[in-house]
Amino acid sequence: MSMEKDTLQQTQTLDEMLIGQYRQYKELISENDTPHLRQIRENAFQVFEKEGFPHSGTEMWRHTDVDALTEDDYVHELKAPVVTENIEDIFQCDVHDFDTETISMLNGWYTSKTGDLKTMPDGVVVGSISAAMKAYPELFEKHYGKITGSESNGFVQINTAMMQDGVFIWVPDGVKVTKTLQIIKIINRKEQLFVQSRNLIILGKNSELSLMHCDDSVDHQASLVNTVTEFFVDENAHLELYKLQNLNDNSALINSTFIKQMANSTIKTNTLTFNCGLIRNSIHVKLDGQGAHADVLGLYLMDKEQHIDNQIRIDHNVPNCTSNELFKGILDDEASGVFNGYIYVARDAQQTNAYQNNNNIMLKSTATINTMPFLEIYADDVKCSHGATVGQLDQEAMFYIRSRGISADNARMLLLYAFAADIINEISIEPLRQRIDDMVKKRLRGELSVCEKCVLHCGTPDKEYHFDIDLSQI
Amino acid sequence: MSENTDNNILEEVTSGEYKFGFFTDIETDLAPRGLTEDTIRFISAKKEEPEWMLEFRLKAFRHWLTLKVPEWAHLHYPEIDYQDIHYYAAPKKRPQLNSLDEVDPELLDTFKRLGISLDEQKRLSNVAVDAVIDSVSVKTTFQSTLAKKGIIFCSFSDAVKNHPELVKKYMGTVVPYTDNYYAALNSAVFSDGSFCYIPKGVRSPLELSTYFRINAANTGQFERTLIVAEEGGYVSYLEGCTAPQRDENQLHAAIVEIIAMDDAEVKYSTVQNWYPGDKEGKGGVYNFVTKRGLCKGQRSKISWTQVETGSAITWKYPSCVLLGDHAIGEFYSVAVTNHFQQADTGTKMIHIGKNTRSTIISKGISAGKSNNSYRGLVKIMPGATNSRNFSQCDSLLLGSRCGAHTFPFIDTRNHSSIVEHEATTSKISEDQLFYCNQRGIDTEKAIGLIVNGYAKEVLNKLPMEFAVEAQKLLAITLEGSVG
Repeated sequence: MSMEKDTLQQTQTLDEMLIGQYRQYKELISENDTPHLRQIRENAFQVFEKEGFPHSGTEMWRHTDVDALTEDDYVHELKAPVVTENIEDIFQCDVHDFDTETISMLNGWYTSKTGDLKTMPDGVVVGSISAAMKAYPELFEKHYGKITGSESNGFVQINTAMMQDGVFIWVPDGVKVTKTLQIIKIINRKEQLFVQSRNLIILGKNSELSLMHCDDSVDHQASLVNTVTEFFVDENAHLELYKLQNLNDNSALINSTFIKQMANSTIKTNTLTFNCGLIRNSIHVKLDGQGAHADVLGLYLMDKEQHIDNQIRIDHNVPNCTSNELFKGILDDEASGVFNGYIYVARDAQQTNAYQNNNNIMLKSTATINTMPFLEIYADDVKCSHGATVGQLDQEAMFYIRSRGISADNARMLLLYAFAADIINEISIEPLRQRIDDMVKKRLRGELSVCEKCVLHCGTPDKEYHFDIDLSQI
Repeated sequence: MSENTDNNILEEVTSGEYKFGFFTDIETDLAPRGLTEDTIRFISAKKEEPEWMLEFRLKAFRHWLTLKVPEWAHLHYPEIDYQDIHYYAAPKKRPQLNSLDEVDPELLDTFKRLGISLDEQKRLSNVAVDAVIDSVSVKTTFQSTLAKKGIIFCSFSDAVKNHPELVKKYMGTVVPYTDNYYAALNSAVFSDGSFCYIPKGVRSPLELSTYFRINAANTGQFERTLIVAEEGGYVSYLEGCTAPQRDENQLHAAIVEIIAMDDAEVKYSTVQNWYPGDKEGKGGVYNFVTKRGLCKGQRSKISWTQVETGSAITWKYPSCVLLGDHAIGEFYSVAVTNHFQQADTGTKMIHIGKNTRSTIISKGISAGKSNNSYRGLVKIMPGATNSRNFSQCDSLLLGSRCGAHTFPFIDTRNHSSIVEHEATTSKISEDQLFYCNQRGIDTEKAIGLIVNGYAKEVLNKLPMEFAVEAQKLLAITLEGSVG
């Protein structure tokens, strides 16, 4: 009778497994911690233990199926495995003519031949977060765990409680980093991994940094990646952040980014999503100093059964800040897209100027889009506006192009490319812009996702992509 | 403009007390406080309802017990003790329905003060009024004119008695008792309301109108309106609401259901100026309303127009389900909040049929320490080919202590549809004021002018009689309030 049930192995849900692991291996997990960090971990764990992961009933997670994710079986490593393979052999990012300083993370662990923490000639410190904790306790005391704030969800809490590795970057006051830094995160394992990584990036006063953050997978093994990144952007500093997401269709990525901006600082983030099974990008910008400006941009090109969820929140906490948000997406097949923009203007944050826009193109009726552009405003002398559109290719424009002798496929490509170009043209690093431009064109032709060996390792650098359009006919 | 005059003007606005705050001393017939199955049997017995109606109420009540109070709205108020409310209040001296002379003079006076005295209405304005005071329909006029056309316009209780087959057929088909917490509550305890039936091919010659008014202390008002327009029918329906000044919060949870068949058109207009509480935020009406229209037939059209100036708490989303092909849904709203008022209002447009169209124009105006939110859903189902939506939600802030919020939800599942949403938040600019001042218009009048211009798009959609009243209401609520 009940024999069958008894012999069946009781499978653990992810939160049960993690709670068990934390209790059992607390010492191992927090071996590098200062007492201050240990307390932050413990607090986060207690919240997580009580609330767990968000689920389908949680309002802000209603459209993203996290239940299926958190009920699956995962392997969660608590010790960095010995890396035998050379990371450059598995993966290479060939943004040609584009010299970057790369930081590699393999399966959630910092891998570098030059040591865990290094100081560049210009004074910039780059390295593993676990090494940095010991080296710079005062910086961690000041910033770590502060930028996420208390309203965080279960994914952020469990990351705070159990994080072991990640990237640490500190740009000291007045340093302008000329070479773009590139974080490459690769998942390459046979098991279904649950990977957590935690990044802390600090920009001192009057400093400048441009950073690329690439999430990639090299095969088709499923994984769940939970990343939390905190940015502190001090007065007059400038941050440029490019996120490239190109993972396999079995991957799930939960990405939580928190950015705190001080007076007169500026940031520009550009989130470019090409492939991933399920992806949730949450970007929370806190404008805490007067005169700060944030440009938050994004482009997502999804097909098959891919799911993209962009949650962008901008808090105007002080007067005289400006923000500009633009997300564009093209959805094909059974892909689903979610956009939630949230502009919050605190009481007395006068002279705020905030703009938010989300445009979507749906190529098939099987695709779905949920867009929620929210405004919450408590100050009167503000200019806030938002817009959202969902539509398809303009038939008149199609007709116009076709009447000039351009094939239907090319006309469609041209229009889709033009739609995406608004975001691509905002990329200020020229070689990167060209590269992304190529990627978008390839993605629109469906060529990007067919690459078997590596989803980003795409073709030879000298191969250029052009439209087969005879411009003289236009 | 000096700081001082600013303050004076604000002071003036915030000190504007509720104009309709008076209390008619009519003996009322009260149900005991609290809500049990016995209360429901009491209400049902009082109203001499048939068995099936009682069953419906009890089913709704049992379902209500399983529900939780929704908390997702951007509203903050103390928990309501549903056992501390009288669920039924009817004027004891129930007036005769034969002629106006027999109506309680105090009641007539109430209406006069509201500016809708029945005889005045009857003689001059060509509007048939079904007045509901504390839940029981007192007077219905023009019934014979309407009867000649075959239009049924009566109180809900009369409809249950005289047209049970129609009520049975349509009640709860658009808003089932399982719909939400307040709909379940209303279905269990609804006291009265209006019923309107437009037969096939008939255009109502009159604009039908009801006036709701909450009178007795601690009574919830739970009215229920059902409007059915058969093929080719047309009706324009007006609803106005006021409540006397009372210190304790009064609960109001209404249901409005509209059904439009092929080629039918229903226009539903509301002016709501219930007691919003005093300037300390004390008292006021809690208004939780479920309004929904079903465009069942092809080329049917339902249009909601609302001017919301009252209530301490407003929770209201008049919606359209566009089921028939080529159906049209419209929502025009002006919501004004002042003092400590909170409004969370908007609409839902559910596109199911092909070539369905919807328009949403929402204008929010916040002043004082109030919060005004627009919350709306536009949903395009996979079968809604070539459907189209346009939404525009503007907010105007008057003063630096208020809040204006926009929470639109757009859910699209069809690639041939086009959905557009835009929203802006702003205040009355110094340029606009300066321009008016420079032409000899004082600041107070200028603001009235600008606000009226701002809301004009919606006010224009109101029937004549209401447009005048709505414009006055706007002027009263916001006169001279500049931030």
